[in-house]
Amino acid sequence: MKATSNLKVLSNKQLSRRYWHMAMDSSSIDEKIEPGQFFNIQSADNGSYTPLLRRPFSTFRINENSLEFLYKVEGPGTAKLSEYTPGDYINLLGPQGVPFSIKEGTDKILLLGRGVGIATLAALAQKAFNQGIQVYAVLSARSHDDLLAAEALKDYCTEVVHVTEEEQTSGVDNVREIMNNLITFYQIDAAYTCGSRRLSVLLQNIIKERNIDGEVALEEYMACGVGVCYSCVCDVVRNNTVYSVKSCEEGPVFPIDEVVFA
Amino acid sequence: MTKTDVNLAVDIGGLTISNPIMPASGAFGKGMEEFLDFNLIGAVVPKSITKYPQKGNKNPRACETFGGMINSIGIQSDGIDKYLNHTVPYYQQYDVPLISSISAESVEEFEEMSEMIAGSPDVAALELNISCPNLENNGEAFGMDEDITYEVVHKVRQITDKPILVKLTPNVTNIQKIALAAERGGADSLVVANTLLAMAIDIHSQQPKVGNVMGGLSGPAIKPVIVRQIFQVREVSNLPIIGCGGIMNADDAIEMILAGATAVQVGTASFVNPSVMKDMIEGIRAYMEQYQYQTIYELVGKTMDRI
Repeated sequence: MKATSNLKVLSNKQLSRRYWHMAMDSSSIDEKIEPGQFFNIQSADNGSYTPLLRRPFSTFRINENSLEFLYKVEGPGTAKLSEYTPGDYINLLGPQGVPFSIKEGTDKILLLGRGVGIATLAALAQKAFNQGIQVYAVLSARSHDDLLAAEALKDYCTEVVHVTEEEQTSGVDNVREIMNNLITFYQIDAAYTCGSRRLSVLLQNIIKERNIDGEVALEEYMACGVGVCYSCVCDVVRNNTVYSVKSCEEGPVFPIDEVVFA
Repeated sequence: MTKTDVNLAVDIGGLTISNPIMPASGAFGKGMEEFLDFNLIGAVVPKSITKYPQKGNKNPRACETFGGMINSIGIQSDGIDKYLNHTVPYYQQYDVPLISSISAESVEEFEEMSEMIAGSPDVAALELNISCPNLENNGEAFGMDEDITYEVVHKVRQITDKPILVKLTPNVTNIQKIALAAERGGADSLVVANTLLAMAIDIHSQQPKVGNVMGGLSGPAIKPVIVRQIFQVREVSNLPIIGCGGIMNADDAIEMILAGATAVQVGTASFVNPSVMKDMIEGIRAYMEQYQYQTIYELVGKTMDRI
């Protein structure tokens, strides 16, 4: 029988105007944690109902005895999370969901991330790097200030390309050109994305044209995170039939060619 | 008094359950079994079933509000055939009764589905979810109309001797009239109640926060409304009441029992903590030991005696 875990906060720091980084002691979690999986974190103090629901977060870095999360303060849940200090305990449910997969024989992968979605891909970059796989990344954000995970990715990536709105380099056409150049030049085997529907659609088209594997980590609104509430459904196509599936249970990572992007 | 002196078993209209805690339909499913031993709870109540497969409403389907959440799932369903062939057999591995929640679009469909569901020997009781829109009545919920409530329950009563639980909608002016109509129709138990019709708007996008514009509010914010409705229904009906709406812990469950409920259903709380029903059972037991009650019945509606 699984249970929720109370993990000790090791650090919780504001990195920029909107982004925070939190590390927790995960030595009590026996289950293997894979990139792309998520934890449903209870941001409210025990017994308080404000905020009421848990918030799903994918891991930014998975270490032997600690977990790191990168999060953007957007609403009351993440605002509450930013108030925790080292030594506090936070209740987590997880790891949940289907992780990213790396096929055997993969030598080079390409990541396409936007905003906080970059954090989800960082854990994948970390795992791929440790397996001797070369990692390339195209990271998109509103501004340079929002490209915080880019620094962490440098440790795992052979090449990282930044595109931002403030530099007017994040348009789909430009990103498509960058992606195609990287795929051609480095002979990329598989590509992964998270953080933007617009870029996910772009990657979906690219992997079809280039005949490479691709996966996407979806970010649907979740209430329960355990496959009960049907809040986080998305449409996928399998054998020419559209299915409505729960992204907490059958995802959040899907083969990108299956997903119907609204 | 020792623990063995406390008896948590209750009868809800002919169905005896080992304790008064069960899930609310829609907030329960296989995904929770990793966190909760289903054999501990009073009954299992899988998500409401519709006759045909239906996709449910468009995203976003849920949003959080102060002390609650609004959902507009729209009863995503695989249809009654899959329910009978897969869902019902699946829950036979657990040694607790299965209550089937039925959602239909017409009185005839309620009859037809009830006949199919009641025909399964593995279904212990039927829950008629009359909070869903009645397509024969401009989408107004069956449970908003006394006559239609009576008609649905009466028709289903002719079909089966199995216990019929009627899940009332709280979105009515006078819940007592609807409760009495269900009782006249032959209900064995009344579930009081369901989510409250609600709406939330994102002031930045200026759009509704759920795709279906309106949805059902659940969570601790609605509990006082539901406690009031349990109390009011208890004033006019002796049918066993199953309280439902905003129960987050054992204290909330006890409050509903004191208002007149015999059992309770737990929904949103399981989203916060999927093993919370186990904690509630233990909490009720501890309360009974503390105040030296031997049965739940000593508590049911007790607040009426205090007024």
